[in-house]
Amino acid sequence: MAQIFHRSTNTISRATIFGAVFVVSFAFWVALKIERSPYVTYAGVARPQPVPFSHQHHVSGLGIDCRYCHTSVEVSRFAGIPPTKTCMNCHSQIWTKAPMLEPVRESYRTDKSLVWTRVNDLPDFVYFDHSIHIDKGVGCNTCHGPVDHMPFMYNYASLRMEWCLNCHRAPEKNLRPRGQVFNMRYQQPTPDSPVAMDGKTFSDQQSLGLYLVKKYKLRTQADITSCSTCHR
Amino acid sequence: MDDRGKKSEEICPGKKGSLDLVAVRKRLEQTKGPEYWRSLEELAGTAEFREMMHREFPKGASEWLDGVSRRGFLKLMGASLALAGMTACTRQPLEPIVPYVKQPEEFVPGRPLFYASAFSMRGYATPILVESHLGRPTKIEGNAQHPVSLGGTDVFTQASLLDLYDPDRSQTLTYLGDPYSWSSFLAAFHGPLASQKPLQGAGIRVLTQSFSSPALADQMQSFLKLYPSAKWHVYEPVNRDSVYAGAQMAFGQPVETQYKLDKADVIVSLDADFLYGGYPGFTRYAREYASRRDPDKSMNRMYVIESTMTSTGAKADHRLPVQAAKIEQFARALASGIGVNAGAGQLGDAEAKFAAAIGDELKTHHGSSVVIAGDNQPPVVHALAHAINQALGNVGQTVVYTDPVSAIPVNSTDSLRDLVSDMRAGKVDMLIILGGNPAYDAPADFGFGDALKSAKVPLRIHLGLHQNETAELCHWHVNEAHYLEAWGDTRAYDGTVSIVQPLIAPLYNGKSIYEFVALLSGQSEATGYEVVKAYWQKQHSGPDFDMFWRRALHDGWIEGTTFTPKDVTTKAADFPTSTSSDTKSIEINFRPDPSIWDGRFSNNGWLQELPKPVSKMTWDNPIFIGPAMAARLGVQKEDLVELELQGKSMLVPVWVQAGQPDNTVTVFLGYGRTRAGRTGTGFGFDAYQLRNSAIPWFAAGLNVRKVSGSYELASTQGMQSMDAEIGQRPLVRETDLDEYRKEPNFAQEEEPKKDETLYPVVPGFDYSKQPYAWGMAIDLNSCVGCNNCIVACQSENNIAVVGKDQVNRGRHMHWLRVDTYYEGDRDQPRAFFQPVPCMQCENAPCEVVCPVGATVHSTEGLNDMVYNRCVGTRYCSNNCPYKVRRFNFLRFQDWETPQYKMMRNPNVTVRSRGVMEKCTYCIQRITQHRVDAERADTPIKDGELQTACQQSCPSNAIIFGNINDPNSKVAKLKGLLRNYSLLGELNTRPRTTYLAEIRNPNPQLEHLATAASAVESENS
Repeated sequence: MAQIFHRSTNTISRATIFGAVFVVSFAFWVALKIERSPYVTYAGVARPQPVPFSHQHHVSGLGIDCRYCHTSVEVSRFAGIPPTKTCMNCHSQIWTKAPMLEPVRESYRTDKSLVWTRVNDLPDFVYFDHSIHIDKGVGCNTCHGPVDHMPFMYNYASLRMEWCLNCHRAPEKNLRPRGQVFNMRYQQPTPDSPVAMDGKTFSDQQSLGLYLVKKYKLRTQADITSCSTCHR
Repeated sequence: MDDRGKKSEEICPGKKGSLDLVAVRKRLEQTKGPEYWRSLEELAGTAEFREMMHREFPKGASEWLDGVSRRGFLKLMGASLALAGMTACTRQPLEPIVPYVKQPEEFVPGRPLFYASAFSMRGYATPILVESHLGRPTKIEGNAQHPVSLGGTDVFTQASLLDLYDPDRSQTLTYLGDPYSWSSFLAAFHGPLASQKPLQGAGIRVLTQSFSSPALADQMQSFLKLYPSAKWHVYEPVNRDSVYAGAQMAFGQPVETQYKLDKADVIVSLDADFLYGGYPGFTRYAREYASRRDPDKSMNRMYVIESTMTSTGAKADHRLPVQAAKIEQFARALASGIGVNAGAGQLGDAEAKFAAAIGDELKTHHGSSVVIAGDNQPPVVHALAHAINQALGNVGQTVVYTDPVSAIPVNSTDSLRDLVSDMRAGKVDMLIILGGNPAYDAPADFGFGDALKSAKVPLRIHLGLHQNETAELCHWHVNEAHYLEAWGDTRAYDGTVSIVQPLIAPLYNGKSIYEFVALLSGQSEATGYEVVKAYWQKQHSGPDFDMFWRRALHDGWIEGTTFTPKDVTTKAADFPTSTSSDTKSIEINFRPDPSIWDGRFSNNGWLQELPKPVSKMTWDNPIFIGPAMAARLGVQKEDLVELELQGKSMLVPVWVQAGQPDNTVTVFLGYGRTRAGRTGTGFGFDAYQLRNSAIPWFAAGLNVRKVSGSYELASTQGMQSMDAEIGQRPLVRETDLDEYRKEPNFAQEEEPKKDETLYPVVPGFDYSKQPYAWGMAIDLNSCVGCNNCIVACQSENNIAVVGKDQVNRGRHMHWLRVDTYYEGDRDQPRAFFQPVPCMQCENAPCEVVCPVGATVHSTEGLNDMVYNRCVGTRYCSNNCPYKVRRFNFLRFQDWETPQYKMMRNPNVTVRSRGVMEKCTYCIQRITQHRVDAERADTPIKDGELQTACQQSCPSNAIIFGNINDPNSKVAKLKGLLRNYSLLGELNTRPRTTYLAEIRNPNPQLEHLATAASAVESENS
């Protein structure tokens, strides 16, 4: 019987089998990359909003504190989205004719809420609490990024569970003194710019972090990585 | 039998009523059954029962039952499922976020607010606190500061939340079924009302349910002043007519009787089911009763003589099941025994001895005993109870008389009778029915529906929450506002007034009864708020009214409105014999349904699916028949029988209930509705057909005839049975007081020692070194089996309702169940209640078998369930010896109905299909309290953190807390000698433990019982 396949087929099939490993790994790699990409996580992607509100202008330009609008951030799981009234506190005095602000004025006139798009949106089975993070010395911009440089709001972090766990497994890497939580320009201590606290000077984050873990009575790593910390 | 039924029998042998009582008896004679049993099948130890017990869910629960076999389905769908898996890779959709325009004061986004209000049924209020998330009421809790509630509620109060969001509620005003506007109703109503003015309202009739609202009573007075010839009628199907008539007989005036059970050493109930929701003052009575059940202090003793197996009877130290008609004889014997001249009761030998023993005991407890007569007993029994209490000097001690709570304490049956005869005589030009459903629940002999339909009543208006049977026969139907949507006021059983505060604006622009009555008096614009506030301004007219009003709203009650005890004098002692005393024939008993009451909660899925206290029946109302009688009639459970009474008959299925008195059939009211809504229509059988005004509660001369055919019932009794070997370590451990004193650690005899294991629980981890270790102790002695915890849990944790068919497959979702165990003789058993939530085992068998780590332990000892990880293998529930895990076989949650979206607790995940779920010890509450405590830099205080079941428990039977804190209540309870763990020998180390039940029997009666059984065994 005549040979059907040429001898080179052997090599080709070997190469194919060997290559398949790479193809499958590549496919996995692509899937994982997509999963973590801004396409899925929206990290760094500005969302459409009814009013082009600029955090950059209000925070770094005017120096308004986070809590002026996000009033419940220290006492509730939810930081709070300001009611139209909060906008109108100023905008009934300034920029009263600006066409950009018409939706705000309309909302105030008609008593109909502005409908914003949620930017930092966790899945519904995750229960995050702002107040406890603030209390333990996690700065706003640790998670929300340089809000003072965001003309349009986007989420800074991926908000994946691995990202949450990075900090829950080693909170000392991100803690800062409570007084600095709302400071958008806070820098972690370095030997050049140490942080002073309680009469002590810390020149690196590790030592400051460990000091704060004790001072603020953080629960143990095992405690805060228990499933029921965030899921219920 | 239809195809479906056949199929489920093939899958589920033994589930159908294949239990032959004669065979059971034979088998029982040969073998010794378990000491404690849940169902008659278990007692007989049938093979089917054992099979069922060894299964995780009943057989068939996991079968795919829609035509295609599971295997075939998988073959077909395999490829598509693999592809469908890709759909998990979707991006999260954009979500809107909507702030207020002007945020209300004191409102913190993300935190609930609590408002004090009151739920009222038949005019008796249960004071409540309602949790509100962003203006949506999501949970009802008892008002712990209120002296009547003390934090407890009953099942109806808890479940009334679901009524608010019921999508079948009447949503619009209608005329002959077509939607109309309020203004067109006003225009149409104005003419007829004006034409009554010259007649002084002679053609106006108003019909309401019983109410206690002072503001409404005041409105009624001013309406009657305006229209002096108009008449105001009151009808309540489950009424307290004989209570007031009994008081009238004894004292010449209707009075309300209150009991102080904490002061009573001896309690005698004459057919009074006072330890179950719906009884006026239940929450308070349950607390007081339980406070006297501590075996280490002085324990009370309770005798229950009853005509239907109830949860109150189950708690009795001595229970005597007798026919309802016999209770009058019993009361006479009891009264004569302590020197009241009431004539000798005609009793059997055993009953007479029982009465004599109680009499002897009562005589030694002057001023510290109490006799309570049931609402369904004729007036003379109430009069006898009053006379006994007087003779024993209990008045002023354990019994207090006050003015009636009801604003119109008239005889409700007579009131309706007058109305119907006026309707027939053509005297009624305008009938205004404010709430209630008389076309369905009026006595059958009145023919209310026919009288209502006739052209003799030219204008008929109905105000109600539902388009029910009565609304159908009326011209106009006005949709009523739910009590959580409207202002009002009401009285608790001791007279204390609570302002009913709305939590949300009416969802469908409904009108409250106050607004409607205001309209009758010509104030068509008055809001309920104005009416109620104006009334209280009249009562409290000082300059500090604002303070008074705010205080009333904040506290949930009005200071100084509690009734003062009334001095009453007994009239000449005369106890006329009430008519029926034929104890030879079969007796029928009418009782309100323990879950849906008189039918008003028919469309409430939480209550429909709530397993009723002793039968664990859901979705139906089979009749109760005792085992002996069932054997005589040759019927088994689920058989259909025909009941025939005074020429009327109905077909009903049978439930053989252990403990049901012989020759007595109990039927439950409230089922067989034709216009209840999607949940209630068509379930069960309408017992009102047999009930007439002469026999509101019980009657002799019932004919029971077995007919062919059967009817499938969904009872959870016997489902989720735990496997305890016969003869050792019973799941319910109990003894009597004397034994307990001799051997206080009887419950712990076989308890494994804490360190008695070769395996450390978690290597290198010690729970006792953690700041918190959550645990729960459930006192079986205090638990009265009122089911309240189940509904509270359902409401708090967004637990789905699954429907009758699914319950029958064992797929019901309640995280907490209350097991009923029986012990002893089938006809006169003793019964025990055992609430079973997740045990939160330290050494949890479910965790080791989960392939995806969806159930793992937290550092505080909680057995966490992670829904988003669960892939639905069900290995965990298969390995759970307590059978407390529930699986979403289908998507039981309703994700579409907008009303239900508003109702859910935002702090608990809404589970989907294919996910396992179970009790979490209310982890959402733990987390919130922990966060708050950490922010305040203090530990969580004992008692401040309560689980939903604990919070709502009227008898304080469930105690939750930190067992690492030696001063916590739970740690102290767990230190008691009667503390034991369920199936502790498996070394699961459950965090939920039980306090063994201690009964306090009367030695005299114990002696009698032993003598009787000795005689019996000699004879056999």
